[in-house]
Amino acid sequence: MNALKALVRKDLILYFSNKRALAITLAAPILIAAFFGSVMGGPPKKPSRVPVAVVDLDGSEVSKGIVAAMAADTSFDLKPTTEPEAIELVRQGKVRAAAVIPPGFGDGASRALFRPNVKKPEIVVHYDPSQAIALAMIKGLLAQHVMATVGKSAFSGASGMRALESARKELNESKAVDEASRKDLQKLFDAVESLQARTAAVEKSAAGKSEAKTSAPGFTMPFETRAAEVTGNANSKYNGYAHSFAGMGVQFVLFMGIEIGVGILLMRRMGLWKRMRAAPVSRTLLLGSRIVSGTLIATMLMAGIYAAGIAFFGVRIEGSVVGFVAIAIAFAILTSTFGLLIAALGKTPEATRGLAVLATLLLVMLGGAWVPAFIFPEWLQTVTLFTPTRWAVDGLEAMTWRGQGIDAAYAPVAAMLAFSAVFALIAIQRFDWEE
Amino acid sequence: MLQARDLWKSYGKKAAVSGVSLDVNAGEIVGLLGPNGAGKSTTVAMLCGLTIPDTGTVTVGGVPVGDDGSLVKRRIGLVPQDISLYEDYAAIANLELFGALYGLEGAALKDRARAALELVGLSDRARDKPQSFSGGMKRRLNIACALVHDPDVLLLDEPTAGVDPQSRNAIFENLELLRSRGKALLYTTHYMEEAERLCDRVVIMDHGVVAASDRKEALLDLLPPEKRTKTVVRDASLEDVFLHLTGRQLRD
Repeated sequence: MNALKALVRKDLILYFSNKRALAITLAAPILIAAFFGSVMGGPPKKPSRVPVAVVDLDGSEVSKGIVAAMAADTSFDLKPTTEPEAIELVRQGKVRAAAVIPPGFGDGASRALFRPNVKKPEIVVHYDPSQAIALAMIKGLLAQHVMATVGKSAFSGASGMRALESARKELNESKAVDEASRKDLQKLFDAVESLQARTAAVEKSAAGKSEAKTSAPGFTMPFETRAAEVTGNANSKYNGYAHSFAGMGVQFVLFMGIEIGVGILLMRRMGLWKRMRAAPVSRTLLLGSRIVSGTLIATMLMAGIYAAGIAFFGVRIEGSVVGFVAIAIAFAILTSTFGLLIAALGKTPEATRGLAVLATLLLVMLGGAWVPAFIFPEWLQTVTLFTPTRWAVDGLEAMTWRGQGIDAAYAPVAAMLAFSAVFALIAIQRFDWEE
Repeated sequence: MLQARDLWKSYGKKAAVSGVSLDVNAGEIVGLLGPNGAGKSTTVAMLCGLTIPDTGTVTVGGVPVGDDGSLVKRRIGLVPQDISLYEDYAAIANLELFGALYGLEGAALKDRARAALELVGLSDRARDKPQSFSGGMKRRLNIACALVHDPDVLLLDEPTAGVDPQSRNAIFENLELLRSRGKALLYTTHYMEEAERLCDRVVIMDHGVVAASDRKEALLDLLPPEKRTKTVVRDASLEDVFLHLTGRQLRD
């Protein structure tokens, strides 16, 4: 026990006595996490508006209504402009997309509303291919506003009257419609016409009053949505830094694990390992002391990184604190055994460091440390479950902004300990004990 | 004190050591000489339990030396050829670390660490880190780390490589003092003059076998009669002049 204490104490003193290296080891993940965190949403705040340009080449009552509805929508940061400028804005990445309402859209859309077989007017949406994920959202919201505005116009506006007149004329001339259907449709048109006339009269009498237009009938969305963030608890908000601190913490603590492994190779080169082995201490104690000291150092580094995240970036452990600590310790053990694995498989310190850094970067990339794993393709998400870093990042996120309980910590802790056991087993088997 | 009998060690098909036997008695310095690849390092590794011989035995005071946690290893001190120190760890901390590995603790550990530092003349640099030491000081501390647990047997693998004459002389004086205290020392070197000055007996190895083993004077009998006498046309060596001019005081 005395020998173990001496070895662990030595490792801790040597690691923490190098103040400059320690400062860099702590500062690097914090700075990079701050950058990634700000990119990925930063601290809790309202959902950001999507910058969208709109070009009204129609200038009709309908198209103006669509533009007004989009401008009132808090999802959009709308910029009405000309078509060439709109395309340029998309190209420059200043707006996600630009919707171009073509000439004659108002009449064409009202006509198409009653007659599905006519050629429909086309709204061209120019979009930034690097922001393709926003396209579906923009098209959906655009459809909502167009339907509402065109529907309203069909029952009240001049274009609706014109469309109805045109539709009635075509119905009368059409030989494809049987008599019974013709009569039913004529009744429908009569009813709509009656409604249009009454609405026009109301609007005329209430000219200048703001409620006149809003009271006009038409199609509206049959439901509303209310966005509710699913986070740790009802009062907390998602914090982009919670993900980035998990990712960068995992990455840089693993880098420290590389130093554990390279340190053993350097000890071997310097003859220190020979001196250790000449002493009456077991192999288990020699390797075990590295696991203990590496685990302690990794835990302290993780604590330092999260302390900065909590103090300066609003990261909170919304879930189980015990679970968070358990995950941090399991990851620290994983880091230590990863270091041993490097020492067992490596040859020279220089070559080993380069390969280990590459392997670590791959592990953290696949583990979702840089970008959340949910944006990976489905197959890759499955594959990454076989990387220990995925469990570490997911576990830390579960205990921070996702606010999950201790139950959610069991699987990550078990997975990381299993990986640790495999790493340690391989390291012990492959370790070169001959001098 | 230290006894090796019929040690054999092969790596693959290559025999590194073939049937080496040697003894080092208490109060004796035995030189282990041989060209590169002669099998000296493998022999030393087997003597201190770092390498398990394919066949053969090593005993200290009649107790077989095992590997790993074998307690008899507490009676052996190893001075590796490389300077095997934690450069960022204070000299006294290095000593206390290695002392702890040999089972020392508490006041005994601190006393032994101080005594080892004093023996090699580094008491005033106890709190300094080896990275600030000269090559000679590091070599002396390297030896002190093998002495901190007061072993009966000391295995030294080229302990004077790259040191200045003052430090080498100081190291020799340390080793002679240890011999006078009854320690058994095995001294591996490439320098014949070191062996001549220090060693009571010499073991010469080549190609993994012991080519000769005897007292220095007896070894001379192995030479053909016409080669036994050499005319030396000088009374003193350059080293004598150097030490005369620069003194024997350590330059730390």
